[in-house]
Amino acid sequence: MARELQDVHLIDACRTAFGKSRPDGIFAMTRADDMVVKVIRALLKRNPQIEPAMVDDNIWAATTQWGDQGLTLGRASAILAGLPVSVPGYSVDRMCAGALTAINNAISDIACGMADIVIAGGVEHMFRHPMGQGADPNPRFVSEKIVDPTALNMGMTAENLHDMYPHLTREMADEYAVHSQRKAKDALDAGYFDDVIIPMTVWTAEGWKIADKDEQPRPDATVEGMKGLRLPFRKGGRVHAGNSSGLNDGAAGCLLASGKAVEKLGLKPKMRAVGYAYAGVRPEVMGLGPIPATKKVLEKTGMQFDDLDFIELNEAFAVQCLAYIEAFNMNGIYDKRLNALGGAIAFGHPLASSGARLVAHLAKVFELNPSAKYGITTLCVGFGMGAATVWENVGK
Amino acid sequence: MAEELITQFKVNYFEHPRAGKLAIMTMDNGADYKKPNTFGAGALASLNQAMDNLDSDIKGLMLTGKQFIFCVGANLMEVPDIKTREEAVETGRTGHAAFKRIMDLGVPTLAAINGATMGGGLEIALYCDYRTISTGVTALALPECFLGLVPGWGGTQLVPRLIGPEKALELIVRNPLQNNRMINGKKAFEMGLGDRLFEPVEFFDESIEFLADIITGEVKIEREKPDFSNIDSLIEEARKFVYGRVHNGAIAPYRALDLIKGASEWSLDEGFEQENQALGDLIMSNQLRASVYAFDLTQRRAKQQVGIPEVPPLSINKVGIIGAGLMASQLGFLFLHRLEVPMVMKDISQEVLDRAKTYIDGQLDAQVQRGRIEEPKANFLKGLVKYTLEDSDFEGCDFVLEAVFEDMGIKKKVFAAAEEYISDTAILATNTSSLSITEMASELKHPERVIGFHFFNPVAVLPLLEVIKGEKTNDITVATAGAVAKKIRKTTVVMKDAPGFLVNRLLLRTMSVCSEIVDGPNTPQEVDEAILDLGLPMAPFDLLALVGPAVALHATETMVAAFPDRYSVSENMKKLVEMKKPGVYIPGTKEIDPEVAAAWEKDESKPKLSADEIRQRFLEALADEARRILDDGIIAEPQDIDTAMIMGAGYPFFMGGITRYLDQKGISEKVCGRKFLTDEELVAYLKR
Repeated sequence: MARELQDVHLIDACRTAFGKSRPDGIFAMTRADDMVVKVIRALLKRNPQIEPAMVDDNIWAATTQWGDQGLTLGRASAILAGLPVSVPGYSVDRMCAGALTAINNAISDIACGMADIVIAGGVEHMFRHPMGQGADPNPRFVSEKIVDPTALNMGMTAENLHDMYPHLTREMADEYAVHSQRKAKDALDAGYFDDVIIPMTVWTAEGWKIADKDEQPRPDATVEGMKGLRLPFRKGGRVHAGNSSGLNDGAAGCLLASGKAVEKLGLKPKMRAVGYAYAGVRPEVMGLGPIPATKKVLEKTGMQFDDLDFIELNEAFAVQCLAYIEAFNMNGIYDKRLNALGGAIAFGHPLASSGARLVAHLAKVFELNPSAKYGITTLCVGFGMGAATVWENVGK
Repeated sequence: MAEELITQFKVNYFEHPRAGKLAIMTMDNGADYKKPNTFGAGALASLNQAMDNLDSDIKGLMLTGKQFIFCVGANLMEVPDIKTREEAVETGRTGHAAFKRIMDLGVPTLAAINGATMGGGLEIALYCDYRTISTGVTALALPECFLGLVPGWGGTQLVPRLIGPEKALELIVRNPLQNNRMINGKKAFEMGLGDRLFEPVEFFDESIEFLADIITGEVKIEREKPDFSNIDSLIEEARKFVYGRVHNGAIAPYRALDLIKGASEWSLDEGFEQENQALGDLIMSNQLRASVYAFDLTQRRAKQQVGIPEVPPLSINKVGIIGAGLMASQLGFLFLHRLEVPMVMKDISQEVLDRAKTYIDGQLDAQVQRGRIEEPKANFLKGLVKYTLEDSDFEGCDFVLEAVFEDMGIKKKVFAAAEEYISDTAILATNTSSLSITEMASELKHPERVIGFHFFNPVAVLPLLEVIKGEKTNDITVATAGAVAKKIRKTTVVMKDAPGFLVNRLLLRTMSVCSEIVDGPNTPQEVDEAILDLGLPMAPFDLLALVGPAVALHATETMVAAFPDRYSVSENMKKLVEMKKPGVYIPGTKEIDPEVAAAWEKDESKPKLSADEIRQRFLEALADEARRILDDGIIAEPQDIDTAMIMGAGYPFFMGGITRYLDQKGISEKVCGRKFLTDEELVAYLKR
């Protein structure tokens, strides 16, 4: 039986604050699944037209699927959030593009008519689950020189990019980072994220506190100030804490619905999904991933780069953004289309959650720029991948 | 000495987008939920310090607990340190003064009751303007009257002002005297203790929003004014209830009644001062000191399973029950429900087996009805039981418990028959209440596997399990009995084999005293009233009716055979059994059955005893027998006696079981020449 594809809409997106992954970080004593539950409940509370039983699936990403991020998090969190037992759920992993993959899966499910309302998002509690926790890389990778050992160290992949493109200097990376911090500060000061970040009461050694602010932003960062920073990945390197995204704890999620559901329930969509794509690159320079992914999604949707009014590019490392700017001939570091409200260097990057964070922030950018038509959310992914999703601004 | 955990009041601030700056005050003793927050001098000092340092520009304050725990009230273990009445009164004043600072803060205050809340923990919440309660709260209570205290940090004054005198009496007086009944969060909310009831999942977030709504004026809470118009009749009704539970034995509940009544007339400060005076009296009372000891016995010591050797127990994968009568059926259900392993029930009568099956299936159905277990699970459990006439079905059982007729010959026979089919290490347990474990084991191939497993009727209600070691019983058998006891949720007291074991030996000794007295001019009613005034849960002649005169007679005869100098069977009692009477009273009344009265031979030459003299005889007999049990080495320490009397005979906390009371009243010194525990030993024990 032939079917028509359904429209897929982003109804809402929100996130917890992003904490620093440290013993004194705001979320240090909070479980990742509890953070997911908070986001799920916030999405449903903010959209009361949607009965919990209407949710067709609950898809959650985590890079380390262990402990509080394991137990098929999508299902476990649905139960913990108090959704009816009839609501299923599952987990996905595409490292940093985990949440975006969850969202893209939801988009396909809805587009095909196999679902009408789906919750999708990602979480990473990098204090409880340090990067690479429990990983056991096959020795063949190294013995057969399938990849260079640096491919497994994300900081080194950024150093590799600097090596590959020596004209993308540390100074440019630092300038980029300072600009990202500045944009984030302005957006935070303007209160743009007041309805994006969900306050959550969390247990700490000092008693209950309310996590309502990102811990990562450094609004007063300067290029000068970054000069003395330690170079953790190699001597004489260019990548440091100031021009990288940091280690963070956070959860972010989206509520997606079919055109049919929008009409029936009177929902107010913020964005319409246009298309998505993934692409692979050499693991040693995984930061290049967004470039082929962006090209591929544009090709598949029959669009040109210039059709995009805004780009939400995950800033795992500043150098990877410099490469992206160059690849698409953008207007340098200060191109207004790029990460208009700041990026991961300021907000932080709890690995698998970041895709949903980008979607939430793009929706906010669209809201502030009603005339904008299209935007893209894109991330680089460990082990050499890129993920990208194109959205249309339908908010009014 | 146990490490003291001091509850700290930790303050954080939160800039709420609508309401402005809020203070979040967390009570936290730094340990996990297994060591709940308590209040002592250190905690109150921390509260005062937190209030001193509180930012002055806050718009509201939320007081809450640590994860899963709000606060369980005063640290009882500090009680022995309070040496004078003035200190005790001061304890009250210090608490009132510290808590009142929350009341006088001048901005809206909210207690977010997130977990276990008792005594002072509930009281501090009452000084806040508003309360939210989590549906995750499973235990909320003012247990003071149960312990020989009153909720004297404001409870008796603030509770009636908040929810009215009738519900206050329920919370402060009735619940504690009904086995220290606790309520859950939902019930607490329905009683009016909370303004909002929230689910645990977002309890703190929703509580903060509620406080913000109060501050911004979006929500207004209007409470009904408490109705004190019928206070006198309510108090009188409650007084009757208290008398029914403890007669004139316990002092604290009566003091609580006076304070609640006072709440209808006094100003708050007057009320608080009255509470201070009550605390002065009660903290210094013997009853509270005994309660602290009893609390330790049941809450701490019992969990340690004193006397159970630390060797790995056998794992129990299949259970056998010999006999299928009423007691065997009760035990069969208990094992099936708690162990969830295949079970064999064997009897010599198919009819008895059929009745057992009906009983056990019925009990499981009742569990389903109450929502305790799901029906498919009940069906599974029903299917685990094999009702049989064949001993050979005991094959594979790891633990076989007999509950057949109380006759040594029969018991030996059924054990020997079972031994044919079980492994060499499987346990043979007996629920005998009077027969020698050593003798019962004597002719078996493996006497070291036999152990006494003596339950108290009704099994579902009384938590005590006497674990009796025969001469040859080995450690692994005792350890296995301990492990099984834990699974079936019984409190063990481990003892050597001796006639009457522990609880029955003491109770039958008092029964001998009582029946000797009523052979003389005193009536059973006089004896019962005198004993009830101690605060005991059941009068001797009501206990006789509960046990049944025939069973009591049989048991007493066993004791007379062992200890003819101290136990006796009266002719009147024998007549009662011959007449097949259910007791001396017309059932359900306190009126002597006229036929019993006619047959009863009174020796009027005996002196008529006053109530005091009756109690004295009763208590002296207890002191003497308890001393002998210790001197005979049946149990290791007096704590075993008290645990057994509290858990197996319902003796009250405020008597500290029985030896505390006997020591406090000088009876043990008079009768035995020494106390059961000297004051130093008691303090050392409590601070261990």
